[in-house]
Amino acid sequence: MNKMLNYLNGYKRECVLAPLFKMLEASFDLFVPLVMADIVNVGIAAHDFHYILMRCGILLLLAIIGLACSLTAQYFSAKASVGYSTALRHALFAHIQTLSFTEMDTLGTSTLITRMTSDLNQVQSGLNLFLRLFLRSPFVVFGAMIMAFTVNVRAALIFVVAIPLLSVVVFGVMVVTRPLYKTVQTRLDRVLGLTRENLTGARVVRAFDKEQTEVNRFEDANALLTKMQLHVGHISALMNPLTYVIINLAIVALLYVGSVQIHVGDMASGDVIALVNYMNQILVELVKLANLIVQVSKALACAGRVQAVLATKPGMQFPQEVPGEVPAEKQNDAVRFDHVGLTYAGAGAPSLTDISFTAEKGQTIGVIGGTGSGKSSLVSLIPRFYDATEGSVEIFGHPVQNYPREELRGKVSVVMQKAQLFGGTIRSNLLWGNQNASDADLWAALETAQAAEFVHSKPLGLDEPVEQGGRNLSGGQKQRLTIARALVSKPDILILDDSASALDYATDAALRKALAALPGSMTVFIVSQRAASLQHADQILVLDDGHLAGLGTHAELLASCPVYEEIYASQFKKGDARQ
Amino acid sequence: MSAKAKSKLTPEQRNATLRRVLHKIKPYSLFVVCSLVVAAVSVAAQLYIPILCGNAIDFMLGKGSVNLSAVLNIVVEILVVAVAAAFAQWLLSVCNNRITFSVSRDLRNEAMRKIQTLPLSYLDSHPSGDIVSRMVADVDTFADGLLMGFTQLFSGVLTILGTLLFMLSQNVPITLVVVCVTPLSLVVASFLAKRSYKYFQGQSTVRGEQTALVNEMIEGQKVVQAFGHEAESLEAFDEVNGRLQDVSLKAIFFSSMTNPATRFVNNIVYAGVGLVGAIYAVAGGITIGQLSIFLSYANQYTKPFNEISGVVTELQNALACAARVFELLDADDQIPEAENAAALQPDGHVVLHDVSFRYLPDRPLIEGLNLDVKPGQRIAIVGPTGCGKTTLINLLMRFYDVNGGSITVSGTDIRDVTRASLRGSYGMVLQDTWLRAGTVRENIAYGKPDATDEEIIAAAKAAHADSFIRRLPEGYNTVIAEDGGNISQGQKQLLCIARVMLCLPPMLILDEATSSIDTRTEVRIQAAFARMMRGRTSFIVAHRLSTIREADVILVMKDGHIVEQGNHDELLAQGGFYATLYNSQFEGVET
Repeated sequence: MNKMLNYLNGYKRECVLAPLFKMLEASFDLFVPLVMADIVNVGIAAHDFHYILMRCGILLLLAIIGLACSLTAQYFSAKASVGYSTALRHALFAHIQTLSFTEMDTLGTSTLITRMTSDLNQVQSGLNLFLRLFLRSPFVVFGAMIMAFTVNVRAALIFVVAIPLLSVVVFGVMVVTRPLYKTVQTRLDRVLGLTRENLTGARVVRAFDKEQTEVNRFEDANALLTKMQLHVGHISALMNPLTYVIINLAIVALLYVGSVQIHVGDMASGDVIALVNYMNQILVELVKLANLIVQVSKALACAGRVQAVLATKPGMQFPQEVPGEVPAEKQNDAVRFDHVGLTYAGAGAPSLTDISFTAEKGQTIGVIGGTGSGKSSLVSLIPRFYDATEGSVEIFGHPVQNYPREELRGKVSVVMQKAQLFGGTIRSNLLWGNQNASDADLWAALETAQAAEFVHSKPLGLDEPVEQGGRNLSGGQKQRLTIARALVSKPDILILDDSASALDYATDAALRKALAALPGSMTVFIVSQRAASLQHADQILVLDDGHLAGLGTHAELLASCPVYEEIYASQFKKGDARQ
Repeated sequence: MSAKAKSKLTPEQRNATLRRVLHKIKPYSLFVVCSLVVAAVSVAAQLYIPILCGNAIDFMLGKGSVNLSAVLNIVVEILVVAVAAAFAQWLLSVCNNRITFSVSRDLRNEAMRKIQTLPLSYLDSHPSGDIVSRMVADVDTFADGLLMGFTQLFSGVLTILGTLLFMLSQNVPITLVVVCVTPLSLVVASFLAKRSYKYFQGQSTVRGEQTALVNEMIEGQKVVQAFGHEAESLEAFDEVNGRLQDVSLKAIFFSSMTNPATRFVNNIVYAGVGLVGAIYAVAGGITIGQLSIFLSYANQYTKPFNEISGVVTELQNALACAARVFELLDADDQIPEAENAAALQPDGHVVLHDVSFRYLPDRPLIEGLNLDVKPGQRIAIVGPTGCGKTTLINLLMRFYDVNGGSITVSGTDIRDVTRASLRGSYGMVLQDTWLRAGTVRENIAYGKPDATDEEIIAAAKAAHADSFIRRLPEGYNTVIAEDGGNISQGQKQLLCIARVMLCLPPMLILDEATSSIDTRTEVRIQAAFARMMRGRTSFIVAHRLSTIREADVILVMKDGHIVEQGNHDELLAQGGFYATLYNSQFEGVET
């Protein structure tokens, strides 16, 4: 939590001044009853109009100074809290950028988004409220009591009894209701969940004729919610009446003690008026204080969650220096896996076990296997999205761990399963691959990715806007653009991770043809469920449950690998493929 | 999004909504009457106490001239009134809670019943998030507004009127001082409200922009890292972040001026009352006790004004939310069942006669579709995306009604039988794998809640789901989360298949039922399906041509029409659209 406070450094001045001015305002407030007591005790008693006028002038002055103080305080506290949350948000975003895939998987995107948005907003308003009230409210409560002592000691003793009593009621109700409000929230979530379920599952509900069952289920959950809401409502409804009774008991006591004191001449009637006024101020501030505590504890919980993300250390270190010479026997290597195993953080079983193969420069490598067989895991080790937990992964003769981050990611380009584009234009998305690419480079990449035609057909061509997440493009268009984006970076190793799944067979084939025709010696990994897409690969890796079940060319595997044969047969019955 | 929606209602709409809200409250009118009565009691008692205090002060004029017994009498009176006021306050809250939470419960129940009778066209065309927010967030906001309105509006108005009345009864000129300052407080409040509303609007726009950016960047984080784009994203983020800082500062500052400003007005009222009151007291027009009454009133005078102005915005907001809920409740229901609708006795003979259908009135989709399916036949439907495959399923299940022509099962028009019996005759597995939040067992037994464990396990085995279920932490009692996050898409599909395997209805609909399952497992499930489909009329939609080759009839659809019809060999021999489609998957394959 200390680290979180560092982001307040730029706002030290504001953090001191805001509460200070709030306190000044409060102290001016506290003088008001005394001035009024003087008006009654001195001015009215002595029939002194001048005195009364002067005192009322003071009241006006106190009001103006109070306003000035509190506006100043509000400004400083707004500035500090907004500035703080801005700095924190920046730090959080920057920190998320440094996290590796493993941490991203553990934290989850939706969690991170909530941390960046609603949690940080809560922190901001909590801090704002805290700066404004944490000095003011206790100051008024105790200040009023001290002022009471200056008026009359015996009457002030009533304050000493009343304040703890009021606190017990205010904080007691709060302590009792807080966990109950959490239950209300849980039950509301249940109602929400059932609603969502019935909407997304409307077809199934109706297909099984479950409409009435669902309504009953919902009404039960809803009744539970209402019951809890009423329960909490009745308890918190106690607070106002109870405090009201206590305050009036205190006032009654003040009146009685006051009358006795006046009778013996220790007090004047104006003093009684002042004391009653102080008593009323205390109640207002106690309620505010209780509210403050609820808000601040909520904000602290949110801050704790933000802190947890900030405390997550990036699990991967990259060296600064480019690795040196490549040993002669590895000159021709593009990718080499040596007894590689991978177990994801928190997973019970390994996703990859004992994988060994070597891909030479310029080769095309196919990766095939069923759902969950480890295809994506295997290729994600090459750009070092994850570190192998066993064995070693080398590219171009050096372990991937020996490459600086930019160097590595510049050599290897991955087109992921999920086609992810960003708001901007087609051009701005393609330039992600290489900021300095010329238009000719972009068009060449689009041609290879079989995307040139549809980009041409857009009214603005390369400058056609892309909405956030690429919503305005079809699945197939997005996939082809992500392939083009990867090609723009002219990688040495290109990985297509099931990234042609939304393309029809003809386009898929044309894409593979175009990739093969590219000049240079790019090594290409193609992950696919379609045996047809991989048939021309120089080597095909067949994965089964994380194990390498076969390695070889199409013809070799058909002859030797039962798993491959089964996959192939499931897609082409014998003799069915085009003769 | 909707909870804060400031959708402005026209005055007529507002009145209409208000009338309906009152109608919803009607069952609780006893509580309403009680609430109004106790509110009046509590306000009167609360205003009476300062008068009693003032009177007490008048009995303690100075040294030696205190009437102790009179003070004691008043003190007792104050106690009684305070306890009465407190009790009234508590009753008020209890009544208001009861009204509010009951009304919102009723609204939610009504909305859920509505959802079950809405036509699927409504559910398909309205984002579910929107309906959820109407049922949950809007009802909540409405309840909050209603509660505040009940608690504060009536007592606020009563307090203001009562205060003025009590003050007038004591002294007219001092009352005039208070009344004269009142407009000041209203002007200040409305100025600040307008300003801060403007900046809050600005803040929520920029916040929305930032959230969208954060969403995009964090969801695409892996791509950002793969392309080393971290610095650029941070730059874009900081730009929005900076703008947010500016507008937030203004919004927060202006809104936080409200409290000091009203306190200031209150202080002015207090000083004014002090001045005029003191002058009157010197002149002997009022007693010290009366002055103290005025001072107490002056101290609390602006409070109900602030509350009322807050309540009015809350109430407007609440009405807007109520209107959105009513809008949902008012949507047209699906066509009711025919009066003499009978239960369907399916024999598996399905005939589509000259069927036409369109989702949008100006966009014909299916036109003049004819099809005669013999009992036990297996029908496969293929064609490019958007050709109407899923629409056909919607029509068979009567999720949508045909616009022209008819569909008959066993010779009876499906509009003449009950929906329940029609849908019960089909077993349906969809691409969209819907499971409810609950255990695996509950999900498999969804269509047959009284199924035995043996039946459930047999169904799971048939769907090749048994082995993965056993490997789950709690086996068949594993709870599937609401979003189904703890099992994979393919596993969900297996559970959906098991769910149908358990019921074994006479006809089957499989809409891309195995799309998330790898081809090897699929081959095994196909075998189970094949056993299941024996003797059952079945409709299969698939994009993997390998899964449909064995169908008795393949319907090739394109743009809402059946362009080709026949079995695999016949269609290949025709060399038409199906042949092109089929051959394209072997592009580049040589054997």
